[in-house]
Amino acid sequence: MNNAVSSRTKQLRAIIRSHKRWDTVFGVLGLLAMMVGVLTLAALFTSMAIDGIPRLTGDFFTSFPSRRAGQAGILSAWVGSILVMLVTALFAVPVGIAGAVYLEEYAKKNWFTDVIEINISNLAGVPSIVYGLLALGLFVYAFGFGQSILTAGLTLGLLILPIVIVATRESLRAIPQHVREGAYACGATQWQVVHDHLLPYGTPGILTGVIIALSRAIGETAPIVTIGALTFIAFLPPVPFSGDPPAGMFDWVFSPYTVMPIQIFNWTSRPDPAFHQNAAAASFVLVFMTLGMNGLAIWLRYRLRKNIKW
Amino acid sequence: MTSTITLPPKPPALKAESKALDFYYGSFKALKAVSMPVYEHSVTALIGPSGCGKSTYLRCFNRMHDLYPGNRYDGSIELYPDQVNLLHSSVDPIEVRMRVSMVFQKPNPFPKSIFENVAYGLRVRGEKSRSFLEEKVESALKAAALWDEVRDRLDEVAVNLSGGQQQRLCIARSLATDPEILLFDEPTSALDPIATGSIEELIGEIKGKVTILIVTHNMQQAARVSDYTAYMYLGELIEYGPTGDIFMKPKRKETEDYITGRFG
Repeated sequence: MNNAVSSRTKQLRAIIRSHKRWDTVFGVLGLLAMMVGVLTLAALFTSMAIDGIPRLTGDFFTSFPSRRAGQAGILSAWVGSILVMLVTALFAVPVGIAGAVYLEEYAKKNWFTDVIEINISNLAGVPSIVYGLLALGLFVYAFGFGQSILTAGLTLGLLILPIVIVATRESLRAIPQHVREGAYACGATQWQVVHDHLLPYGTPGILTGVIIALSRAIGETAPIVTIGALTFIAFLPPVPFSGDPPAGMFDWVFSPYTVMPIQIFNWTSRPDPAFHQNAAAASFVLVFMTLGMNGLAIWLRYRLRKNIKW
Repeated sequence: MTSTITLPPKPPALKAESKALDFYYGSFKALKAVSMPVYEHSVTALIGPSGCGKSTYLRCFNRMHDLYPGNRYDGSIELYPDQVNLLHSSVDPIEVRMRVSMVFQKPNPFPKSIFENVAYGLRVRGEKSRSFLEEKVESALKAAALWDEVRDRLDEVAVNLSGGQQQRLCIARSLATDPEILLFDEPTSALDPIATGSIEELIGEIKGKVTILIVTHNMQQAARVSDYTAYMYLGELIEYGPTGDIFMKPKRKETEDYITGRFG
């Protein structure tokens, strides 16, 4: 009897041991797979930091580009990036949120809205150069906005619109139906439900999506090249909203501009290695802008979600 | 010789009445010709096995079904004394919900402050006066037996309250707008026995102010809290009557089987 039990025990242990071998195998493979990503990124980042950090002086941020690598800076590039992002956000955020709220809450569910839904998801996967070409035809030529901050902002706005819409819809969907019903049961209209409940409760998710989208837009190069960002700009656009109202306030959106990725691209293509150092330094700044935005998104989501649970 | 005159009990006034009410989820007929009175200042319980249509019936009273496509009513629910047909297409469901409020199965406070939760129905009605809101919130919370527990933390988030407190908050939210009818959809099924007891007690207290319609899957609860009981099965109203009669001497065999636990 005792013998029988112990042979059964042995058998079970042998089976478990042989099965657990796969845990080890997968653990090792998974670690390797992860390391490919992490180590590559770390290596790139380190080499960029080693090349670039010596150039990161105060002057680098406050100087215009120059023919002499040692005197060149990224003033017009970072100012341009921020202004373009401003236009992008002002365009994509309201349009994206309104579109998403309409699709999610107002539109009747039928084949037409299904088609729109599929198309929006597909738009998120369209190569960014295609947006550049579209914008060249539409904004630069048809609307005559020229090679301006406005064109760039709207182009990147279109590019991130699907991301904003998808993020907004996801966060609206995460709000339980019984909360909507509770609001309707109080006698709220659809707009009151959207305004008093859905948008406030969806804000953490929407905001996160918006910031992630903007941090993608800030690094986009291809569409900006197509619509003609200048590579050498030795002046700043007018300070936003500073001109004579009303028309003068918007002078800045028609100003020529450059942005960080264009500046980096320009410096990388120079033969003089001193410019490559500049490129590394500017890349370092751009990476930190992106990381900063992602960090902000995480922090905001954490802060705002604390009081929202179901 | 003294003679005591015993007045006959005053007949209860009719608050609402459903007449030949059919309801369809798409092509599925979920309610079949349900005709039933609802008496003022009384508690009417709807009982029956899962899927019998009791919640569907309840949700007709505040036109909750209008929120989803493919739903259709046939027949009427008359609201007295003004004899409005709540289901008529000319009556805005929002108007109906402003007169008939609802407490749900799962406590569903908004992730806002306790104060804002209770004040929401009034805010929706355009009420802006802070002092009026404060007064209404206080009296609603008192009526819902929650005031003493939350009076010092009205600005705190409601979702941090316990389940039973959340449900009483939802009752306060519904009471704040002085509804004519208050609907309860299995209000205690997500609560522990102590919280359940306090909600039942509350229902007994507020029925003086508001007419109550309650769906419950718990027959003891129906027997404890209600004045009238309706037994439903497969979308039909099988039997309706004073709660005592339904539980002690049901007329229909089906009702008796359900009440005695032989079925359902």
